[in-house]
Formats: sequence, structure tokens, C-alpha cells
Amino acid sequence: MLQITGLNKIFSPGTVNERLALEDINLHLLPGDYVTLIGGNGAGKSTLLNVISGVHRQDSGSIYLDGKRIDHLPEHRRAADLGRVFQDPLMGTAADMEIQENLALAALRGKPRGLAWGVSAQDKALFHQRLAELDLDLQDRMATKVRMLSGGQRQALTLLMAILKTPKLLLLDEHTAALDPKTARKVLELSDHFISSMKLTCLMVTHNMRDAIQHGNRLIMMSQGRIILDVEGEQKKNLTVEQLVQMFSLRSGEELVNDRMMLG
Amino acid sequence: MEYVLLNALSLGLIWSIMTMGVYITYRVLDVADLSVEGTITLGAAVCARLMDLGLNPYLSLLLCLAAGALAGLVTGLLHTKLRIPALLSGILTMIALYSVNLKIMGVANLPLLRIPTVFSMVGGLLGLSKALATILLSGVLALGLAFALYWFFGTQIGSAIRATGNNPHMVRAQGVNTDTTLILGLMLSNALVAFSGGLIAQDQGFADVQMGIGAIVIGLASLIIGEVVLGQRHFMARLISLIIGAILYRLIIAMVLRMGMPADDLKLFTAITVALALSLPRLQTLWAKNGASARGGK
Repeated sequence: MLQITGLNKIFSPGTVNERLALEDINLHLLPGDYVTLIGGNGAGKSTLLNVISGVHRQDSGSIYLDGKRIDHLPEHRRAADLGRVFQDPLMGTAADMEIQENLALAALRGKPRGLAWGVSAQDKALFHQRLAELDLDLQDRMATKVRMLSGGQRQALTLLMAILKTPKLLLLDEHTAALDPKTARKVLELSDHFISSMKLTCLMVTHNMRDAIQHGNRLIMMSQGRIILDVEGEQKKNLTVEQLVQMFSLRSGEELVNDRMMLG
Repeated sequence: MEYVLLNALSLGLIWSIMTMGVYITYRVLDVADLSVEGTITLGAAVCARLMDLGLNPYLSLLLCLAAGALAGLVTGLLHTKLRIPALLSGILTMIALYSVNLKIMGVANLPLLRIPTVFSMVGGLLGLSKALATILLSGVLALGLAFALYWFFGTQIGSAIRATGNNPHMVRAQGVNTDTTLILGLMLSNALVAFSGGLIAQDQGFADVQMGIGAIVIGLASLIIGEVVLGQRHFMARLISLIIGAILYRLIIAMVLRMGMPADDLKLFTAITVALALSLPRLQTLWAKNGASARGGK
């Protein structure tokens, strides 16, 4: 589904701030793969997602999505096939617009927009039904401005917007990191629900080792712009947090790990 | 006194269309666009020159829309494609338009002597005085445009433009080119401002190359007065509040002039009023802090 080959990205090349953000990334995701991506600060996790989605342009390498080369396309053109949820709950929605208006924007992702009315009666019925799946009672508040919602509600809404039009690849960038533990669990459960029921291919960045082990069928670890660990199936299922920490030190030559990653 | 009120009403209605343009950039797109200082004169210049050449005054007004949209396109391209900050892009367009407007008019002040205007034509048709005809026609135009904007910003494209001002990041993630939505918004805004400029020229009977100076501040003052009076509610109410704000602004100006303020001080007065209104949220937090420390905080 996703085929990344020889991907390199350098920030601020030729200056004192030059930083190798991605180094020779090769990654192949099969349809239905649910990959958790873990690593320390500055490991390149978010950069990888941003290069896939077109926020940043790679220096070299190629990205194919479902057989189509996308690495030369601008961000808004790639969006047709990508669903994205960001770490900051404020980033995925338009605060001064209604819940249903936000959903209507997402329902047209990658399609031409015209002079038809933004939210049709048909849309409303669909949104009501999909919002009910979130189990947050948002379906009865569809005309509420998103500004009035809590961070968790906004993140759940962003998730729904990301999958409303089925994406070929779902990119979750630490989308639960800014939420309190209970809300984070709820949003993560919702993510699992949509990914399994819609058979989505997903790349999820997380800081939380336990989440990385418990969710998805494959785990990738990054350090200093490189992929240093890639496990799947039974081997991944049987991992423990302690083993992960050991593997990290062994392979990256660095001492892990901040408390947030250990305990989170 | 009655004349003063009627004059404030007709001026307010004509300038409310310009205020709608300022609202689209300042509130909807979250961009301070200074090109309007040039486009309001551009509208007046295009309208006066075309009428001077013998073109129908209604058709001349329609062409003002096109001229304004073109100016908005220039600002939009400078900002999005050449990555010049929005404020500077607007200033560049504004300055360039000064020369363009002089070229269009050929003189610094182009009078419309004995040329029928849309207002005199409507007045003649309905047997109304020029003052009443001006109020009637500009009122119908302002309300009509408010409804048109309400419809447009409810459409798929209009929603994408509103969202761009709110959160461009999210809009790109939903597959919309934010360069396009920004340019569309700037074109629409400047088209309205130039249209308003054309009406001003027809109302006052001349176009003057200096007439745009301070227009942005008048637009902002009207916008803020409207928000203070009607609050930030439903979108249609906000559009109507722009009309009410523009009329109230003219009434306030008429009042302070009658109270003896020299007309030369008008722009200073307006600028101070807008500065105060814009700093109100900040002043309120400062007062709240001072209040808290006065009550025994550290």
C-alpha cells in the first residue's frame, strides 16, 4: 500500500543548524497493516509523517501510495488518499465552524468543491449516524461550534473526519499525547475500532511503549532519522516494555529513555 | 438636522459594502489587507472614467467589480505565490494603484458634471428626491449583497474559504489548495470595495485620487461598531451588523462634527477610536490583573 524507498531529508542544509532528519528510510506497508512507530524526541517520526503527507519535501527517495507515485505532489493533492490526525487537538478542526461544517469539509476531501450548499440534508443524516459511533453524544450537537468542544472531543472529531472518506493510509501523529489518560484511551479505542472495521492501513506515531506493543500488527522504532527496529506478528505481540528499552540501547547506542516513554 | 441624518444614512449604506469587503479579509480570512485603500479609489476612478466616456452608469458599476477583483488577484498572487507577507502585499498593491488610478482618470480629480448616475436615474424613475433615491438604491444593494455573501459562504467553496482563515493547516489536510481560497477571498473582498468606490463616485459626483486614504480604518471602525452593537452571533446577523456599524459610524462622525470638531481632525479621531476598540480585550485583562493585585495578590 505504501512503498518508501531511500528517503532522505536534511533540515537547514549548509548552515550550522543542519540536521539529518531522515536517513535512507525504506518502508513497505501492506494493505491492512497497522504499524506503530516509536522513538525518542527528534528521532524523525513526525518528520516521516510530514514527508509522506507533503508538509515537507524529501531531498531524495521516492514514495508510492497504492502504486501511485506521490512524492512530487503538493500537500493538498496528496490529501485525497490520506487521513491525518495531529498531536495538537486544535490543529485538525476549524474552531469557529460547526461540527457538521467541519465534517462536510472532510467529506469532500480530494474532490472538487462547487457552489452547492456546504451541508446537505443527506450529509446531516450521514454525519448523525457516524458521530453516534464516537459515543460522545456529539450527534445531537451538530450545529455547535467546534470551539466549544473539549480536547478529547475535538480529537475524536478529527479522527472521524480523517476516515469519513475512506483513506488509503491513515496517519496518526501522537494523536493521544496531549490528552488526559482516560480520554487518550478512549480515542485510541476509537482508532482501533475504525481501523479494524474499515480495514484501514495505518501508521501511528506514539511516545508510549505499552501502546506501541498493544496496538497494531507491526512495530517500528526510529532513532536519529533511521529505522532501527521492525518487528511484526507473534514476535511483536510477545514484546515487553523492558525488552524494547534494551533493544533501543543496543541498536541505537544511546541510553533511553525519558520517563514519559517508560511510564506513559 | 434631517439632512445630516439622511446624509449619514446614505453614506453609511454605500460604505457598508466596502465594510463587507474589509470583513471578508480581516475577519473571515484573518488577513489585514491594505489594498482596499487603493481599490476603493480604483472603483471610483474606473466608474468615473467609463461614465465620462459615455458608458451606462449601471454597466460602469459592474466593471468596478471586475477591476477590484483584478486588484485582489494581484495582492493574492504576491502573497501566496511569491510569499510576500500579506500586509506588505496589500501595501504594494495600494501604492501601485495610486499611479494606476491617476492613469485611469488622467487627472487627480475627475468630476461627473451633468452625467446621469444610478441614483439620479432611480430617483427620476420613481419620482424620488436624490437623497431618498440614494438611500433606497444603496440600501437594496447592501442588503442584496449581504444575502449573496451569506449564500456564498454557505457553499462548499465558501466554507473552504472560511475554514482557511480559521485553520489553513486543516484545510490543506482536507485537500484544499489554501493559495486558491486566499486568492478567491481577496478577489471577492476587493471587488466589493471597488463596487463601493464606484457608488461613492456616483453619489458625490466625482472621483479623487486621494479619496482612499484611511478607508481601511473607516472599514474597521464600522466593523467593530457593528460587532459591539450586535455581538458576534449568527453569520447573517454579522453581515447585517456591518451595515448597521457603517451607518452608526457616519452618525457618530456627523455628531462630533456638529459638536465643533474640525473636519481635519476626523482621521485622527477615527484612528484613535479604532485603536481603542481593538485594544479593548487587552485593556480588560490588564484591568482585571490590576484589580486582582489591588485586592491583595502578590
